[in-house]
Amino acid sequence: MNALLIRDLKLAFRAGGGFGLGLAFFLLVAVLVPLGVGPEGGILARIAPGILWVGALLACLLSLDRIFALDFEDGSLDLLATAPLPLEGAVAMKAFAHWLVTGLALTILSPVLAVLLNLPAQGYPWLVLSLVVGTPALSVIGAFGAALTVGVRRGGLLLSLLVLPLYVPTLIFGAEVVRRGAEGAATGVPLALLAAITTGSAALLPFAAAAAIRVNLR
Amino acid sequence: MELVISDLAVSRGGLVVLEGMSFTLSPGEALILRGSNGVGKTTLLRTVAGLQPPAAGHVSAPPESLAYASHADGLKSALTVTENLAFWAAVHGLGRDRLEQALEAMDLMRLRERRAAQLSAGQKRRLGLARMLVTGRPVWLLDEPTVSLDQQSVGLFARVVRGHLAAGGSALIATHIDLGLSEARVLELDPFRAEARPSVAAGFDDPFAEAIA
Amino acid sequence: MSIWEYANPKKFMQVSGRVLPWLTGLAALTLSLGLVWGFFFTPEDYKQGSTVKILFLHVPAAMMAINAWVMMLVASLIWVIRRHHVSALAARAAAPAGLVFTLIALVTGALWGQPMWNTWWEWDPRLTSFLILLLFYLGYIALWSAIEDPDTAADLTSVLCMVGSVFAVLSRYAVKFWNQGLHQDSTILKVGESDPLDAAYYVPLVVCIAGFVLFFVVMVLVRTRIWIRARRLGALLARERMG
Repeated sequence: MNALLIRDLKLAFRAGGGFGLGLAFFLLVAVLVPLGVGPEGGILARIAPGILWVGALLACLLSLDRIFALDFEDGSLDLLATAPLPLEGAVAMKAFAHWLVTGLALTILSPVLAVLLNLPAQGYPWLVLSLVVGTPALSVIGAFGAALTVGVRRGGLLLSLLVLPLYVPTLIFGAEVVRRGAEGAATGVPLALLAAITTGSAALLPFAAAAAIRVNLR
Repeated sequence: MELVISDLAVSRGGLVVLEGMSFTLSPGEALILRGSNGVGKTTLLRTVAGLQPPAAGHVSAPPESLAYASHADGLKSALTVTENLAFWAAVHGLGRDRLEQALEAMDLMRLRERRAAQLSAGQKRRLGLARMLVTGRPVWLLDEPTVSLDQQSVGLFARVVRGHLAAGGSALIATHIDLGLSEARVLELDPFRAEARPSVAAGFDDPFAEAIA
Repeated sequence: MSIWEYANPKKFMQVSGRVLPWLTGLAALTLSLGLVWGFFFTPEDYKQGSTVKILFLHVPAAMMAINAWVMMLVASLIWVIRRHHVSALAARAAAPAGLVFTLIALVTGALWGQPMWNTWWEWDPRLTSFLILLLFYLGYIALWSAIEDPDTAADLTSVLCMVGSVFAVLSRYAVKFWNQGLHQDSTILKVGESDPLDAAYYVPLVVCIAGFVLFFVVMVLVRTRIWIRARRLGALLARERMG
């Protein structure tokens, strides 16, 4: 299991691994939105929670098709499916590796971008907390979508179409935590619901994803 | 550690391609599968490996005894030779010494720090086959193992297979070149083609056969 | 005789072929009766005027948009558990119908909302949920058409349908949480309460709903028959190429 995690991390950080692309995309969103909306601080402060969450979500989406497609093309997925570690565990590990290089990195970058978007000071801890709690769900749900489309050539667009509706609850609760936090309101309920989605997805979706991979391999 | 195939039928793309196959592979034995292109050698190996369900019949093998090598080597071009092999050794729970042995056996010691991207096709293939040695599994399923190997490497590979057989392993090999494994049995697959008996095949390959008069 | 016999493609083709003409006639009759009654022979609402009559399209379409997904979920489960091919194809057949019902519900909702709430679109929880349901339908249909092997496609879309159902319900609650909304509550099942749906509307509405249900069944049967024929044709062509 750890070997798989280490391999995926190595691959992500080496040349052609695509680490940093998601971060650059996230940065672009935070730069382009004020250019489009106008520089007025009050408006930016109001939309900052939503923009940051949507930006993180789209940045995460960018690298989803790499989770399984590369292993499928070079035959590693066949070999993983016949290896002693359970495929469900392999899926969970690969989703975790994906989270470390996208979700976690985005979370660390997010306070900097929040400055660009004029997020009120009291919103910062909630932004970081909601992303830490919520982005694992994005990776696991994304891994499920990637498993469904692994056999489809150039399935990136299809993957987005399948995954984005599944992201709706995570997005709503995640952005709600930041919005309420920035307004100084109580955040307990949406944060608890966000955590519930993350834990539920992490517990159940690897099984669905592994089943989808087995179907795609046969 | 016997692999027993009984009355097996395999299907590709919803159509049965081979059927009625029965054979046994005992420890120390090698069985070479031969057949014309498209007869279903790869499909048969994938079915035996458990990657796809049989259309009929059974594959019985002790659990976790099969190691499969497909056309693709499953190599990551950004990783070095050692890293590639170490990953599979770790997945199969084997240590450093087996890794060294495998590198030695497939003559990869000189290349060990090289990235897989910089290997030639034949060297990649050798690395892919070295992977079999770090699985520690007794029954090898090899799909065209000698593609892009030169004469010398084929000899090297045959020696590795022979060593594996001598240690009580067995191998099921789909190939059409002579490996120099004189002791191996040969199974011709063409007689098991499904369309030889279409009426039997129609029963399970097309559930809609009688739907429309 | 077990109900599963109808899952045999041959039996299904026979029975559905015999039932279909009658069912089509009945659906057409019920639907036109309900709509004509609803549009022309009901009183105008004292608050909403004649716009209220769009409810005879809006409510049944919205109900069927959800019911079609539920039917797909059941058919997917049957496919996964019992491997009945007709079941998988019925799920596939229901998806475009569900998509169209969702569209009808959205468009009629917008037409109704314009005079009532003075806006064509409102991010109301019910409308938003239907918009998300539309995305689910699109994804499901796209996955079916992206995968060549029919059994693989049936398996993967079934998994998507099951996981999607859970997330659709989650989205429903998330959206409710996100915005409390303008949309009036559903009144059709609250007969005992104050301000119920008037009986003058209730009866034609029930006829309309029955018409939509029959129409949906006809659509699913017709489309399932088409997919069965397509599968048969595919198998014949494949055999021809092989032999």
